[in-house]
Amino acid sequence: MNWKTFFALLSRDAHVARRNFITLVLQTFLQPMMFVFIFGRVMVSSGYMPAIYKSLLLPGIMAISMIFTGVWAVAMPLVSEFQFTHEIEDRLLAPIENSWLAIEKVFFGAAQAVVAGLAVIPAAWLLLRPVELNLTAPAMFIAITILVALLSACGGLALGCSIDQTKIGLMFSLVLTPMIFFGCTYYPWNALANFPILQKIVLVNPLVYASEGLRGSLVPQFPHLPIIAVLLGLLVFDVLFLLLGLRQFRKKAVG
Amino acid sequence: MNTMLAGIRTRDLRKVYSSPPPRAAGGGFAARRKSKKQPAREIVALDGLSLDVQPGEIFGLLGPNGAGKSTTVGILTTRVRPTGGQAWIGDYDVWGQQVEVKRLIGVVGQRPNLDFTLTAREILLFHGAYFGIDSQTRSTRAAELLDRFKLTDRADQLARGFSGGMMQRLSIARAMMHDPQVLFLDEPSAGLDPQTRLLLWEILREYNQSGKTILLTTHNMEEADALCQRLAIIDHGRNIALGTPAELKASVPGGFLLRLRFGRHSPELFERLNLLAGVREVRADGDGDNKADVYADRGGPLVSEIANLAAGCAVELSDVHISEPSLENLFLHHTGRSLRE
Repeated sequence: MNWKTFFALLSRDAHVARRNFITLVLQTFLQPMMFVFIFGRVMVSSGYMPAIYKSLLLPGIMAISMIFTGVWAVAMPLVSEFQFTHEIEDRLLAPIENSWLAIEKVFFGAAQAVVAGLAVIPAAWLLLRPVELNLTAPAMFIAITILVALLSACGGLALGCSIDQTKIGLMFSLVLTPMIFFGCTYYPWNALANFPILQKIVLVNPLVYASEGLRGSLVPQFPHLPIIAVLLGLLVFDVLFLLLGLRQFRKKAVG
Repeated sequence: MNTMLAGIRTRDLRKVYSSPPPRAAGGGFAARRKSKKQPAREIVALDGLSLDVQPGEIFGLLGPNGAGKSTTVGILTTRVRPTGGQAWIGDYDVWGQQVEVKRLIGVVGQRPNLDFTLTAREILLFHGAYFGIDSQTRSTRAAELLDRFKLTDRADQLARGFSGGMMQRLSIARAMMHDPQVLFLDEPSAGLDPQTRLLLWEILREYNQSGKTILLTTHNMEEADALCQRLAIIDHGRNIALGTPAELKASVPGGFLLRLRFGRHSPELFERLNLLAGVREVRADGDGDNKADVYADRGGPLVSEIANLAAGCAVELSDVHISEPSLENLFLHHTGRSLRE
């Protein structure tokens, strides 16, 4: 393994991210913050939502921000660089196995997702305070955060190498939006108890494990899936998306 | 950096695309079906190509669009998986030892693929970093290349805003950044003005003098003639002629080519043309058989004799085009098609 090349690839991505910092921040925070403001402040202060909802909402918002950031950070450059600008070709000729370039993308996307997730907490806290966070098992929280970040980046790799440039809009409306709405982000999984079939079906949505996991480690006072189910679910989807993504990447990289 | 002298070898290289070729191979193929039994979309890009490029040689692949030049470069640079056959850069098997091969090669693709979010200098610096070059050497080398390719005054601007010619120059500079033993250039002078083309040739000759191997594809005769020590003419994925430019030119019967058009077809006239002094070969060409390609060892002086012959057979000579010994004639001789068709 050629670490020099790997770190050079990482530093290139970091350089580009720094250059696009403002856009990146807006992209990551604008939507979740608006959501936090409307549902956490407007709806709560006007009495349409109970104050307790604020604490329930925060982990879900964190999950959305992380998933969105990771998918976007990995998938969008891959779609345009493979299909349109071909910028990636120079890096495919770098002296390292092609798969390591994909892994570098996942690593960088996951790091961005972690930063987004951790930055959303204080930002949302400022808007929502007071919120009742009970970080009783920090190690578990870190583990889940990392698994969620990897989920987003591996998902981004699989999507970015599978989707046609002309169908990016479709990816958002057909894949990401339903994932967010049926991902237990704005409500806990057990709130679906009245819809037993739906409650089973949503278990194929990886975002369920992300938001339930973050809920379980940040606000364990609310009902959530057992942590072991969360860890298992996240692991399975991480590995699945990584393998699928690597396969698609190798197909794209070589004619 | 690697100082091993490296040549290029291919044995029976085959590539069949089952759908339109990806961009890594340059695209744009004349579709050819192998046989009627195979699915209609199968396209044979390379059909058993064997090449031997010596270390330190400037070697040209000459052929029309769709001949398989870019696919060959794609395979040799690890970007296209061969359907059959083998290829080596130096001692390394291209498909089996990709990382070692990538260390030895520099590649200029047919179309720009620069990193548009970086400046010209950053493009060179990051490229150097991918190859593990230390930062001091990187800066020096980047500055030298920017200067050599006359890009210094735009060095700190984003490559996004560059003109086509500037992007091409920067792509070539980037490919040289890690001082590769083997440099691949896929139609390097396409889109360059004549002055820049001369600059590029000079830079390539200089690079070659330090023992580096250069393989370039072109359909520009002048470029092949001026730059390449040896050439392979390829068509339909096969090597149809190989040699130095001089050898290849000498292999065309007579060297001169007179393309004639008559008012009507006359077999008698064709027979008489064959008997003219200096005429080596007469070929009927094109529709209606009123055209003839005459290969001869002289050009202009033949025209009046041909006109007289035609008048003697009551045929009007309506058009004459004389070309001097050139690779273009050679291509035409071997394929029956002009390079520009």
